[in-house]
Amino acid sequence: MAKRQTMTKQSSEKRINNFNEVANGFTKEEAMLEAKRCLQCKNKPCVDGCPVEVPIPEFIDQVLEEDFSKASDTIKAKNALPAICGRVCPQEEQCEAECILGKKGEPVAIGALERFVADEESNEKAKVKVSNKNSGAKVAIVGSGPSGLTAAADLAKLGYQVTLFEALSEPGGVLRYGIPEFRLPKSIVTEEIEHIKELGVEVQANVLIGSTLSIEDLWEKGYKAIFVGTGAGLPYFLSLPGENLNGVYSSNEFLTRANLMKAYKFPEYKTPITVGDKVAVVGAGNVAMDSARTALRLGAEEVSIVYRRSRNEMPAREEEIENAEEERIDLKLLRNPTRIIGNDEGWVEELECVKMELGEPDSSGRPRPIPIENSEFTIPVDVVIIAIGQGPNPLLPKKTPELETTKWDNIIVDDDTYQTSISGVFAGGDVIGGSATVIAAMGDGRQAAKSIHKYLQE
Amino acid sequence: MAKILDKRDLAPEIDLFTIDAPLVAQKAQPGHFVIVRASETGERIPLTIVDYNRDEGTIDLVIQAVGCSTIELCNLEQGDEFLDLLGPLGEPIEIKEIGTVVCVAGGLGVAPVYPKAKYLKEAGNKIISIVGAQTEEMLIMKDEMEEVSDEIYFATDDGTLGEKGFVTNILDSLLDERDEVDEVVAVGPAVMMKAACEVTTEYDIDTIVSLNPIMIDGTGMCGGCRVTVDGERLFACVDGPAFDGHAVDFEELMMRQSHYEDEEEEAEHKCNLDREVE
Ligand SMILES: Cc1cc2nc3c(=O)[nH]c(=O)nc-3n(C[C@H](O)[C@H](O)[C@H](O)COP(=O)(O)OP(=O)(O)OC[C@H]3O[C@@H](n4cnc5c(N)ncnc54)[C@H](O)[C@@H]3O)c2cc1C
Ligand SMILES: Cc1cc2nc3c(=O)[nH]c(=O)nc-3n(C[C@H](O)[C@H](O)[C@H](O)COP(=O)(O)OP(=O)(O)OC[C@H]3O[C@@H](n4cnc5c(N)ncnc54)[C@H](O)[C@@H]3O)c2cc1C
Ligand code: SF4
Ligand code: SF4
Ligand code: FES
Repeated sequence: MAKRQTMTKQSSEKRINNFNEVANGFTKEEAMLEAKRCLQCKNKPCVDGCPVEVPIPEFIDQVLEEDFSKASDTIKAKNALPAICGRVCPQEEQCEAECILGKKGEPVAIGALERFVADEESNEKAKVKVSNKNSGAKVAIVGSGPSGLTAAADLAKLGYQVTLFEALSEPGGVLRYGIPEFRLPKSIVTEEIEHIKELGVEVQANVLIGSTLSIEDLWEKGYKAIFVGTGAGLPYFLSLPGENLNGVYSSNEFLTRANLMKAYKFPEYKTPITVGDKVAVVGAGNVAMDSARTALRLGAEEVSIVYRRSRNEMPAREEEIENAEEERIDLKLLRNPTRIIGNDEGWVEELECVKMELGEPDSSGRPRPIPIENSEFTIPVDVVIIAIGQGPNPLLPKKTPELETTKWDNIIVDDDTYQTSISGVFAGGDVIGGSATVIAAMGDGRQAAKSIHKYLQE
Repeated sequence: MAKILDKRDLAPEIDLFTIDAPLVAQKAQPGHFVIVRASETGERIPLTIVDYNRDEGTIDLVIQAVGCSTIELCNLEQGDEFLDLLGPLGEPIEIKEIGTVVCVAGGLGVAPVYPKAKYLKEAGNKIISIVGAQTEEMLIMKDEMEEVSDEIYFATDDGTLGEKGFVTNILDSLLDERDEVDEVVAVGPAVMMKAACEVTTEYDIDTIVSLNPIMIDGTGMCGGCRVTVDGERLFACVDGPAFDGHAVDFEELMMRQSHYEDEEEEAEHKCNLDREVE
């Protein structure tokens, strides 16, 4: 069996000093070699692993024919954001996990091929800009993360007049303010959103639904259906002593300063960020990896990840953990923070932790971390970043009492239709809970768009 | 984009802007604020909605040029635009008939105090105002405050207007003389609000303050604006910015406000350099 092609990467010594993308995409030669490996299985097991059902063997076949533009159309029929998914999908758990080649050896590099096709297509870029004049009913989309963008694109394609409302100054959601430049260049996010605008979607930034306009206002303005894709932007804290000291950030704040506000270009860009020499990141998901690797690129000398379980249980993608290790991020495993200690001026100085051991599996199925008595120790730090997760932002439900939520503030929807407790209001993505991936949010957006279409035809 | 329809000089380095913002004006209430960014390289900064006109679709903002971002905003003229304006944000303060309300404003605190005084007056309350500034020249919105107050007192650091000294001295003697005061609203620098709360604690009078921690998004997403109120961690942008002053940890607020002192100096230095080059 031919060997799986891997994308070359910027060397770790070099990349920790810049914000450029870590992985270089496939060259044409690499892409052709990889595409040849696909067996074109009749039953397409890989497609079952893709939440939006990208026709994988078909597009790979078109790559082999060197018809990249057709391959791009094939993907785009199912996936509005291929350049993004090709980069950030957890492919190893989705399409590639089902690939038949993976049963005996290495699966086809589906994600890298998808990225290649999307990048080729955008390089070509002879595209005629058609600005669609849609004439169907007006639909409002609240929040411009992947779920909102997908719902907007699908509904615009069906002829609806779609307006996308976004609270921040630029659309994209986590793709814009959370995932860093070196993993997902913002120019790609901008370009993918431009494609969606070309479908006739109008973007209104700086509008906070619930405050600037209420759900009631949207009905009055003539919107016939509403999709809520407001994500999970509420940062969790540890509730430990010292968490409000200067130098302690939520990952949301740290990444927003760096990505959305471009604090890495301070003082040309006016938003400041504190990094210091020694940074500790608490948590071990994608968000923690992104925070740690961003801190490194902003000039920190020593960056560590503090996590209460072992490497096996780290929720981040394997690829990102490896990247972090290559960049010499210190994984302090089986360690749990107990206290943040500051100096007289109110600045963080030390992070106190306790050593942990793993016990029996808990309700999550993972071994329960148990503190080892009297094993406390401290790590000297200049900055601590709390990356232990986010919850849905309660603002919109709070201002819309009829919108029912769970006790964790997730908006409750019907499993099949994605309709909320308010007739005509649908929701999807991180705000309804679920697997918290870009592609799952897109899948929700797609399903909700289908049911909005049905709802509006009735 | 939000267009500057009018700009007026109120005092040295303090300007009043009337901004075209119909959606915000429609929803604005006393206590609300907006987040503004001047340009692509600008910072997001919070500013109180000082007044609003729903018919005209305008809001008024008062900006004091204290650092890089406020200097950049104050350099804009009538006809120019703010790149971004988001609002109205925060929880409005409850406007109801309470009786007699003392409104204490220190420095630029007049901006947030004025709408509260205005609408509390409209709701039938007696308003006693105490307004302080460094000098008479720096004391802004004097006519507006006089108009909405039944009684008004002034304090300046140099005695150029009213009493020489702090607003809190006047507050103390006022509360000492009168029993009729039902509530105090105090807004200004954190030290002033802290001192005012110390005075009102003595007289056991409810005191509303409006906190000004560093903010970014203003929507409850970053947690940067976290404050401790009654031992609980709250986000000033969505849970406030108005809080029960007797429950606020002011020491922590002041500490957190100083987070970027070094960077602010560097940015202002660059700001000034850039201006000289221009
Ligand atoms: C740092 C980080 C790294 C990640 N890495 C990966 C990864 O590698 N792979 C992966 O698959 N997933 C990753 N994820 C998860 C993934 O990004 C999310 O699951 C996904 O973005 C959720 O999409 P969404 O559409 O639900 O909402 P979001 O992307 O959260 O977007 C919601 C948008 O709604 C806006 N909004 C909120 N409230 C309002 C309102 N009231 N009015 C108007 N607008 C509003 C917000 O400002 C935001 O722009 C990562 C997440 C983070 C934070
Ligand atoms: C709810 C609220 C309402 C406000 N209303 C007004 C107003 O009506 N008029 C007015 O002139 N000012 C107001 N402010 C203060 C104003 O936001 C700051 O003066 C401004 O951000 C300073 O930025 P700078 O770059 O000019 O100065 P800098 O030199 O950067 O900072 C000067 C001081 O302002 C504070 N500050 C810096 N950045 C921020 C930020 N992003 N958010 C909040 N504070 C910050 C810091 O504590 C610092 O000590 C308000 C603040 C809040 C929180
Ligand atoms: S969208 Fe994601 S899961 Fe689907 S084929 Fe592409 S990389 Fe795989
Ligand atoms: S399962 Fe793998 S080999 Fe089979 S069609 Fe899909 S990608 Fe190709
Ligand atoms: S400013 Fe970000 S949560 Fe308040």
